[in-house]
Amino acid sequence: MPKNPNIKKVLVIGSGPIVIGQAAEFDYAGTQACRSLKEEGIEVVLVNSNPATIMTDKDIADEVYIEPLTVKALEQIILKEKPDSILPTLGGQAGLNLAMEIAETGFLEEHNVKLIGTTALTIKKAEDRLMFKETMEKIGEPCAASLVVNDVESGEAFAAKIGYPVVLRPAYTLGGSGGGIAHNVTELREILENGLRLSRVGEVLVERCIAGWKEIEYEVMRDSNGNCITVCNMENIDPVGVHTGDSIVVAPSQTLSDKEYQMLRTSALNIIDELGITGGCNVQYALNPDSFEYCVIEVNPRVSRSSALASKATGYPIAKVAAKIALGYTLDEIKNAITGKTYASFEPALDYCVVKIPRLPFDKFISAKRTLTTQMKATGEVMSIANNFEGGLMKAIRSLEQHVDSLMSYDFTKLTDEELLEELAIVDDRRIWKIAEGLRRNIPAEKMHDITKIDLWFIDKLKIIVEMENSLKNEPLTEELLKEAKRIEFPDNVIAQLTGKTEKEIKELRDKYDIHAAFKMVDTCAAEFEATTPYYYSVFGSENEAVKTNDKKKVLVLGSGPIRIGQGIEFDFCSVHCTWSFKEQGYETIIINNNPETVSTDFDIADKLYFEPLTPEDVQNVVDFEKPDGAVVQFGGQTAIKLTEALMKMGVPILGTSAEDVDAAEDRELFDEILEKCEIPRAKGQTVFTVEEALKAANELGYPVLVRPSYVLGGQGMQIAVSDEDVVEFMNIINRIKQDHPILVDKYLMGKEIEVDAVCDGENILIPGIMEHIERAGIHSGDSISVYPAKSLTPRITDMIVDYTAKLARSLHVKGLINIQFIVYNDQVYVIEVNPRSSRTVPYISKVTGIPIVKLATKVITGSKITDMGYEPGLQKKSDYYAIKMPVFSFEKIRGADISLGPEMKSTGECLGISKDFDEALYKAFQGAGICLPKHKQIIMTLCDADKEDGVDIAQRFEALGYKIYASRGTAKVLKEHGVHAIQVNKIGQEAPTLLDLILEHKIDLVIDTPENGIERARDGFLIRRYAIETGVHCLTSLDTAHALISSLEHAFNNKDLSIVDIAEI
Amino acid sequence: MKAFLILEDGTVFSGTSIGAEREVISEIVFNTSMTGYLEVLTDPSYAGQAVTMTYPLIGNYGICYKDMESLKAWPDGFIVRELSRMPSNFRCEDTIQKFLVDNNIPGIAGIDTRALAKILREKGTMNGMITTNENYNLEEVLPKIKEYTVSGVVKKVTCKEKSVLNGDGFKVALLDFGAKKNIARSLNNRGCEVTIYPAETKAEEILASNPDGIMLSNGPGDPKECTEIIEELKKLYVSDVPMFAICLGHQLMALATGADTHKLKYGHRGANHPVKDLKTGRVYISSQNHGYVVDETTLDPNVAKPAFENVNDKTNEGLEYVGKNIFTVQFHPEACAGPQDTAYLFDRFIDMMKMKKEEQ
Repeated sequence: MPKNPNIKKVLVIGSGPIVIGQAAEFDYAGTQACRSLKEEGIEVVLVNSNPATIMTDKDIADEVYIEPLTVKALEQIILKEKPDSILPTLGGQAGLNLAMEIAETGFLEEHNVKLIGTTALTIKKAEDRLMFKETMEKIGEPCAASLVVNDVESGEAFAAKIGYPVVLRPAYTLGGSGGGIAHNVTELREILENGLRLSRVGEVLVERCIAGWKEIEYEVMRDSNGNCITVCNMENIDPVGVHTGDSIVVAPSQTLSDKEYQMLRTSALNIIDELGITGGCNVQYALNPDSFEYCVIEVNPRVSRSSALASKATGYPIAKVAAKIALGYTLDEIKNAITGKTYASFEPALDYCVVKIPRLPFDKFISAKRTLTTQMKATGEVMSIANNFEGGLMKAIRSLEQHVDSLMSYDFTKLTDEELLEELAIVDDRRIWKIAEGLRRNIPAEKMHDITKIDLWFIDKLKIIVEMENSLKNEPLTEELLKEAKRIEFPDNVIAQLTGKTEKEIKELRDKYDIHAAFKMVDTCAAEFEATTPYYYSVFGSENEAVKTNDKKKVLVLGSGPIRIGQGIEFDFCSVHCTWSFKEQGYETIIINNNPETVSTDFDIADKLYFEPLTPEDVQNVVDFEKPDGAVVQFGGQTAIKLTEALMKMGVPILGTSAEDVDAAEDRELFDEILEKCEIPRAKGQTVFTVEEALKAANELGYPVLVRPSYVLGGQGMQIAVSDEDVVEFMNIINRIKQDHPILVDKYLMGKEIEVDAVCDGENILIPGIMEHIERAGIHSGDSISVYPAKSLTPRITDMIVDYTAKLARSLHVKGLINIQFIVYNDQVYVIEVNPRSSRTVPYISKVTGIPIVKLATKVITGSKITDMGYEPGLQKKSDYYAIKMPVFSFEKIRGADISLGPEMKSTGECLGISKDFDEALYKAFQGAGICLPKHKQIIMTLCDADKEDGVDIAQRFEALGYKIYASRGTAKVLKEHGVHAIQVNKIGQEAPTLLDLILEHKIDLVIDTPENGIERARDGFLIRRYAIETGVHCLTSLDTAHALISSLEHAFNNKDLSIVDIAEI
Repeated sequence: MKAFLILEDGTVFSGTSIGAEREVISEIVFNTSMTGYLEVLTDPSYAGQAVTMTYPLIGNYGICYKDMESLKAWPDGFIVRELSRMPSNFRCEDTIQKFLVDNNIPGIAGIDTRALAKILREKGTMNGMITTNENYNLEEVLPKIKEYTVSGVVKKVTCKEKSVLNGDGFKVALLDFGAKKNIARSLNNRGCEVTIYPAETKAEEILASNPDGIMLSNGPGDPKECTEIIEELKKLYVSDVPMFAICLGHQLMALATGADTHKLKYGHRGANHPVKDLKTGRVYISSQNHGYVVDETTLDPNVAKPAFENVNDKTNEGLEYVGKNIFTVQFHPEACAGPQDTAYLFDRFIDMMKMKKEEQ
């Protein structure tokens, strides 16, 4: 069926800010789909509240709205743009929900807008629990049997029917508390009674227990003609019980025979057919490891994280094909872009093995529980490709960038065998390392399988790796042994460590025996057809098939690896734009990256894509073959910056700012010299290594002080210390990981924080704009609300900032981008930090100023001057709009994490509010972040002593808008003294009702809780914040944020209309 | 022990010996299925060929004898990247290593199977030798390798005596040219009583049993070699008994009715080939294993019309015979290994027999 001629203008809904469970994969899918639509001559209108995405570029869509994903904003956009269709399946669950919400209001019908791709009914059938169950029953596809019960008797009867064990899930309790697994009727009675009591509505779900079954996924495509194919299947190494986003996943499945593989494949096809999906769909199964029995866990009628992974794993562009299907094309009409010979109806065949490992944020949330459950916690993931599983796993491990490079990276040697077995029963992110330790001690694989339910095949593969560790330790390093170690992807440094040799010696041995990496192609068809798209992965012991090209100058662009807190999608935005700019300038572009969720790893972004870990050795493999003329590191975040030294050793010129200058910005002493030379003040500080030195420094400087390691991103490990006790504690935390660089102790100035991104060509600078943070210094810039253009700067201060920026950029010989953070304190400008590279704010500031910063920086790197590119040096004219970047957090996903903000970054994403009116921009930004008030018009305030007076104004203004204010004793007292009708509530532990009870009643809109600086000893505040977050109550920990919120609410109270802004017109 | 794969173009791959240690010369083909190695090994259509699996990890779930598609393994050799040392599956009864030895199949592991597949793709299917003799002499062995042709394979793989699978539905005569078990099973599961005949059975004998339908199976080798069978098929063609044919059966029927077949450069062997039903426009993913194909340009439009085509290379995938209750497909609706998407064709065959019976 050819294209539907009635579709001319399509509205695409994005997924909003990056949160845990909804990350960069939707930017990848959305960008690919928009390009696919434009290819077909369709006018694309895009809405997404996330300014860091590539999809919100004006090159990707024709009209771009960075607006909150609310029905109201969407209605305004539809009224203005009059699209004929909406494509709702690309924006994750957020996009899908919004489309359903607006469809249900009847607004779409009224304005003659159609949902394309997948109908509202289909979405409902897949998403609505009951309808889904009925649909599955109708076609005979089994789901795990479950029943909601209100009393113990019904629970007993149902459990007797479906058989033990059963899972009990009380409705509406904190993070599933009160639930559990019952293995017999006695346990059932006990858990069920308790669960019914705890549940707010007296309901408990009794469900057949399928924990421990194999978790298998299929990615399926279907067109309007009913043609179905599976793109790929995947097997989770972690059995059912761990969210697939937190599981180690392998593609294709490894332990399924053809009978099981085809059984589930047929089931997936039946399901997608019955649901009538046109586009992509993900079906998740639980498969009994001891029979052919299976259950459908879930169906996602849209592109998903798994579909992004499947696309990268197979080379099959699911989002692109889904977009074409939405336009009416059938699978046999859509060409496979990789081979150019086959069609989208050809199921990919893999001749390699893909391993995905989640990137978990436990390095950021050290107080959080590491256990993995059905609630996803990972912020990102890495993928690797190899022709054997062991190699795939080893490559993925070292891609994680969390100080791991082998199965020896976590030390469990101190545990006794019994302790180790107990630890194994805990499902956390270090489980494979614990199994490896068990294997080293010859604990039988079967025993560990019994505990973990991880398939013996995978455990045996871990054993092969452990055996190699032993061989390297105990045997002479023969050619044969080295070959085998490299085949299963032991990195040289690990081999060196095990053999007692140096890394250099290993490299020399490899050269002697000619053991070198070769590159193979991902071609969707296992070599059956010729493919021309250079999408490569490395293997050892095979023939190289990468094509050497030498006709153009080659540039190597290093990606930013997995998405984690502090290094998000912004750096992928920068890497991709830099690649495009180099391409435009006639370069051949080569990307190395390992993140399957990103646009940069799409096969048609760079001329060549190497899907590889970003370690010096892996990069060297590519460099040895490609011999690039230069490499750019300033766009790939800290990951790329860290490779600078290694690249120079390989003889690859670093394009742009030189490595020495990058170093000068990070090295305390060198940097101080530069500041002195430029006569720029900074907060006093010292470099230290030991706790004693730190204490001495802190006392000399006077508290409060900032303590932080150097060379980190996102303020990792950074803390404000108010006492000796704090310093000792923070130093110990930092020193848990061996520090190669000194630790910095600085005087903490509580002023206004200002941020600047600039392009420098070595002489002149271009500052697109100055940003000001709403929260005072002390809260990480990534967690602060950022306002462009800065609102409260005097001309004198503005001039000083521009002057300092120019001086610093010149002194550091910056060629390309520089990011500087200042503090304005007592009418004086101090420098906090200088990063001679791209930053988190680059995408946002590019979009709201209309200045393509990355493109300009890339051109500067290749020799252009700012004046040649049509720009006046210096600070550019202010935009007519206020653009406010709001951080977005995922605290509800990480149990036990403290949500109070400080110098260490905790947000996972961001959204934008843009308007000519400052308060409206704020309002839109809060809405984009999901803070949509009022609901019940009740708030709780618990303020630290220093904030109590400042809180009065906020309380008065909330009260003026009709809010009821509850407060803890001290806060209430101060508020009452100032005429606020605050209601005093008891502290936790005191007589009920306490603050906690209030929160648990689900009638509170907002908690404003400001903790004392330093490590909080009182558990009260922590508990209040956690409970608020886990019951879905918004919680602010800074009065500055609360001020901004009340201003925005006052605005919304007085202005009912919402203006919308087409970014493409800026 | 070391082993070598020597191709007729002189390319040598060195790896490790697996299975039987004997030397063998055969036609080297590749299969892209990611699962189903046992079904591939026991598919009689591979008689006379050595199979390369492009998926690199083979043997992961071991051997479950129930999954065998015939009584023994047929390929002359088995070529893989890596054999799993420890199989894992609830039905696993044995390792693939032992299976290869028991079935006396020589093989080679540890070679770059992707590089081999690329050679076969670019130069076409060619002969090769698997040997453990380190002192091979290329000049001596290459002429021997080149000389090899696949021949007499249908005779080798067909059953020696007729047998019956009981059922109370339609009576189907299945001509076994190297039939995979799941063809008979698919019919039997639909209630048919299936009588399996040796390939050389005379048409008269089959027709004398008064079957409701005749099923022609898959099988190995060059269809044009089967001249005697083709003569019998001509008689079956005029009999007016509903017929359904798969793969070799499909090619033989075409030859019996005047069309021609030719050899593909490197064939279709895998579980992911899209075929289009030309009547409905629907596309199905099919399991395939064929080196020869019916040449559509030689079809007499009064005799047969294309019913299915391969979406990728547009080669013929099925025929419908004009004015006859006969349809034939190049691909494998019986799957095993591979997708079950076209199993509905067995239902179509049943419907055909039903209609024919109602007519009578």
